Amino acid sequence: MSTYLIKRVLFMIPLLLGITIICFFVMRLAPGSPTDLQTQMNPKASAEMKERLMSMYELDKPIHVQYWSWLKKLGRGDLGTSFSSDHRPVSDKILERLPITILINFLSLLIIIVVAVPIGVLSAVHQDSLFDKVTTVLVFIGFAVPTFWLALLLMIFFGISLGWLPISGLRSLNYEYLSAWEQLVDLAKHLILPVFISAFGGLAGLSRYMRANMLEVIRQDYILTARAKGLSERQVIYKHALRNALLPAITILGLSIPGLIGGSVIFETIFAIPGMGQLFYMSVMARDYPTVMGILLIGAILTLVGNLIADVSYALADPRIRIS
Amino acid sequence: MNFWEMFYKNKLALTGCSIVLFLFVVSLLAPVIAPYDPGAIDLKNVLAPPSGQHWFGTDQLGRDVLSRMIWGARISLKVGFVATGLAILIGMILGAVAGYYGGWIDATIMRFVDVMLCFPTFFLILAVIAFLEPSIWNIMIVIGLTGWMGVTRLVRADFISLRERDFVQAARAIGANDARIIFMHILPNALASILVAATLGIAGAILTESALSFLGIGVQPPTPSWGNILTAGKDNIDIAWWLSLYPGLAILITVVGYNLLGEGIRDAADPRLKR
Repeated sequence: MSTYLIKRVLFMIPLLLGITIICFFVMRLAPGSPTDLQTQMNPKASAEMKERLMSMYELDKPIHVQYWSWLKKLGRGDLGTSFSSDHRPVSDKILERLPITILINFLSLLIIIVVAVPIGVLSAVHQDSLFDKVTTVLVFIGFAVPTFWLALLLMIFFGISLGWLPISGLRSLNYEYLSAWEQLVDLAKHLILPVFISAFGGLAGLSRYMRANMLEVIRQDYILTARAKGLSERQVIYKHALRNALLPAITILGLSIPGLIGGSVIFETIFAIPGMGQLFYMSVMARDYPTVMGILLIGAILTLVGNLIADVSYALADPRIRIS
Repeated sequence: MNFWEMFYKNKLALTGCSIVLFLFVVSLLAPVIAPYDPGAIDLKNVLAPPSGQHWFGTDQLGRDVLSRMIWGARISLKVGFVATGLAILIGMILGAVAGYYGGWIDATIMRFVDVMLCFPTFFLILAVIAFLEPSIWNIMIVIGLTGWMGVTRLVRADFISLRERDFVQAARAIGANDARIIFMHILPNALASILVAATLGIAGAILTESALSFLGIGVQPPTPSWGNILTAGKDNIDIAWWLSLYPGLAILITVVGYNLLGEGIRDAADPRLKR
């Protein structure tokens, strides 16, 4: 097991190199430069000043030299300094925003599992029942709904018409005057809509997948055997069938991580949540190369680690898979 | 039962087909059926709720939302087809080459697919388009360039199972070269699954385009697109619900239509796959 882990982690290095090379080159080959934004608005900016900025950011060097120096800095754990006016280290900017993004993504994964698995199982066990038909239709619509539109509708309904939930940010204005418990409630209220929206896409996918798996499993011989032994339907379904149907779902969860992380750009922008996705959007707009590269790297690492955890837990859960 | 009979009996597939055909007609006839000029600003009629004159209301500049949505249908159709066409083309060629030749060629291509798959693609699309200056052509190209991995896997799987078949051996025996075998003999057998992937891909591309336009880096105003009408909906969220409701509904119905059509084609082309 440990050799497998080491191998997998080592394999992540060339993968990450590949990803960073693609991103780096694609970004730098695009026309325009970050110095345009800083000098355009300033009529006093001379060509000389622009050159000084370029050399300060090392943008005047050939692209492979730039990449190499970025990589060398990365080796020391340094993601560089942001091009934006605060000139703070990129790693600081990302780290202060990462926890909220991870929290929201983690909560939505949890919701996806807790809601989608029972839905999938129930609609498979009661195939062609009313419940099954209704959920099938809902799942189909769920695949097609643009999540940002759903977010807008929920904001209009729960936030504006009913006034139950706040529609932007993480904290109310009077946050500092609340007791610890009220602060928690306040945070939870702000999180309900974003977490639901980010979980929504995965809900449809996983519940359909669970249904398909379950349908396949309950037709297997060992389920027939379990029934023949005289086990109760409950035991057959929840002990024998569910376990086997759950296994492949772990991989699906691993694969859904890139979508979740990508989605955080959308819901953090809509709900004005100060997370990594919003930082990414702002940095992209400002052509802040070091920050964009840093977030792309962190996003890729999160995805790879998520996939690794999925694969490992799959192996731990299924004794037929021997990792060597 | 042949393909058409199967397809004809599937009510859901026919529904999907009608939705898609309807959108084609709407896009084609946009200049004729749009009640107003989609760019006509009417400052006396700003943010008017739905009424007899403006069925879907007006936007922040007094433009007719229904007319803008009708013209927006053109945009989403164009983006869906061009982006998916590009993705299919890349995926088809890479998948065919990987599956046909196998060995290190296959391994290299599939590792590349893995790299692309474990990437938060939306981040990459966002970065590239914002840096390239948002335009409809850039959007189509970038969505296409980041959406070919599924097709590659599909075509490769088909090629691996087909390449040792007798008809391929026969083609080889009469001296057909590799390109001829790949494109004339094997590929036609993989067309059904490619067609399904294309139909579902169009739905995905339309969703991505609308999300990008919504974030302000897709189709740029004043060109109307469903996504950028929704941006106006967000800006006026507390006063103009109609700006948010209708364009999103259009996206939803369109995507449902393509998905139904795609699944219908799959069920009809290969009844064994029917779930």
